[in-house]
Amino acid sequence: MLVPESLYQRRTIPQLTWEENAMHYAAPETAQEASRLLAENTGSARVLAGGTDLLVQMKAGMVKPDLLVDIKKIAGMKDITSEDGGWRIGAAVSGSELGDHAGVCGDWPGVVEAFELIGSTQVQGRCTMAGNLCNASPAGDSVPAMVAANAVARIAGPDGTRDCPVQDIPVSPGKTSLGKGEFITSIFLPARGTSGGDAYLRFIPRTEMDIAVCSAGVSLTLDGSGTCTAARVSLGAVAPTVLLVEAAANALIGTNLDDAALEACGAACAAACNPITDKRGTIEFRTDVAAVLAKRAAKIAQQRAGGRS
Amino acid sequence: MSKIHVSTTINGDPTEFLCEADESLLDVLRDRLQLTGAKEGCASGDCGACSVEVDGRLVCSCLVLGAEAEGAEISTIEGVANGEDLHPIQRKILEHAALQCGVCTPGIIVAAKNLLAKNPDPTETEIRYWLAGNLCRCTGYDKIITAVMDAAAEMRGA
Repeated sequence: MLVPESLYQRRTIPQLTWEENAMHYAAPETAQEASRLLAENTGSARVLAGGTDLLVQMKAGMVKPDLLVDIKKIAGMKDITSEDGGWRIGAAVSGSELGDHAGVCGDWPGVVEAFELIGSTQVQGRCTMAGNLCNASPAGDSVPAMVAANAVARIAGPDGTRDCPVQDIPVSPGKTSLGKGEFITSIFLPARGTSGGDAYLRFIPRTEMDIAVCSAGVSLTLDGSGTCTAARVSLGAVAPTVLLVEAAANALIGTNLDDAALEACGAACAAACNPITDKRGTIEFRTDVAAVLAKRAAKIAQQRAGGRS
Repeated sequence: MSKIHVSTTINGDPTEFLCEADESLLDVLRDRLQLTGAKEGCASGDCGACSVEVDGRLVCSCLVLGAEAEGAEISTIEGVANGEDLHPIQRKILEHAALQCGVCTPGIIVAAKNLLAKNPDPTETEIRYWLAGNLCRCTGYDKIITAVMDAAAEMRGA
């Protein structure tokens, strides 16, 4: 069969000029400079930390930034520092770096286990909690755990720095509340205190490397008698953003997490769910399983807090 | 626009290169530095065939920009053997016939070496989870896991 000449002629690709095609890369050494570059950019600038979402999106053609601002050369971005009894985690700290930090692992095992569920070993070598947060997927694994932990993001911007609770960063799938020129410089995990524990569980149909169908994070504090004095319960992948479910936390507070309290917690979670049906799970499945995960995570958090299981 | 000048260290050797802003470290290694051991499988961070170490951390070089290599210490499959002497992991992969087409093999060796540096005595389950980001469509994985366990045992005894 004759092959049409057009198929074996070398295809000429139209030459784009640099102005049309160029992506610039900047690695500023201060947050102020990074913020200025982002603020002055009139195109589609993006912040680069671990790049495990951004570079994949770029390769897929989903985003075409004209400027990448790599924040890893800014002092402190790779640091984990003790502060007011809690931990300040730089925005470029990777999953494997956080997992190697005994202090954070000891205080916030739920946050660490949630973060370490993201991707493969190779992805863990690069991915960051701040990136997971700013990717603003409702299914981001570290986000419910950070919300349960009452984590606070520190944000640099043209007007200086400000602090914002983690749950107020995502506003809808793929969208954050960060303004022009703003980016997260660190995540603060508050002081754990004594007799506290946290846990994160997700459902996936395989054993590893998958996106949460639904998930739950719980952080709680017990008193000397094992009574829960404070709690935060969060759910992932059951609404456009991660949910903080106060009614579920209130069902635990004042109890020793007996069966009735756990049932009430689960019921509050199910009531808060507002999921979609997609190929990974139905509305009914996500609602049921999110409630089960919240109850189980509460029991693990209770054990970690030193209470009876 | 001019290319970006990058000074880095690859397998212990100070190295300089020029690259475009959107060029991956994998493309730099393969196309500019002729270090073609790291393979491009998926180019989206799923398959692990392009695994290298950057500052001691295992990463997919397809998900790192060449420009990000500035000041970094990079280790690739080309630095695993000592001249003609194969690394125990390489030798055990051959002994156990733990490869067929071989495209995944450099990434698996780099990943396994990174694991054994951190954990010299991993369980089978730990190896399987560690290598979960290294896809192999030929072997069915069992021989790879056996080879890594055998290499770990030899390295502990050595």
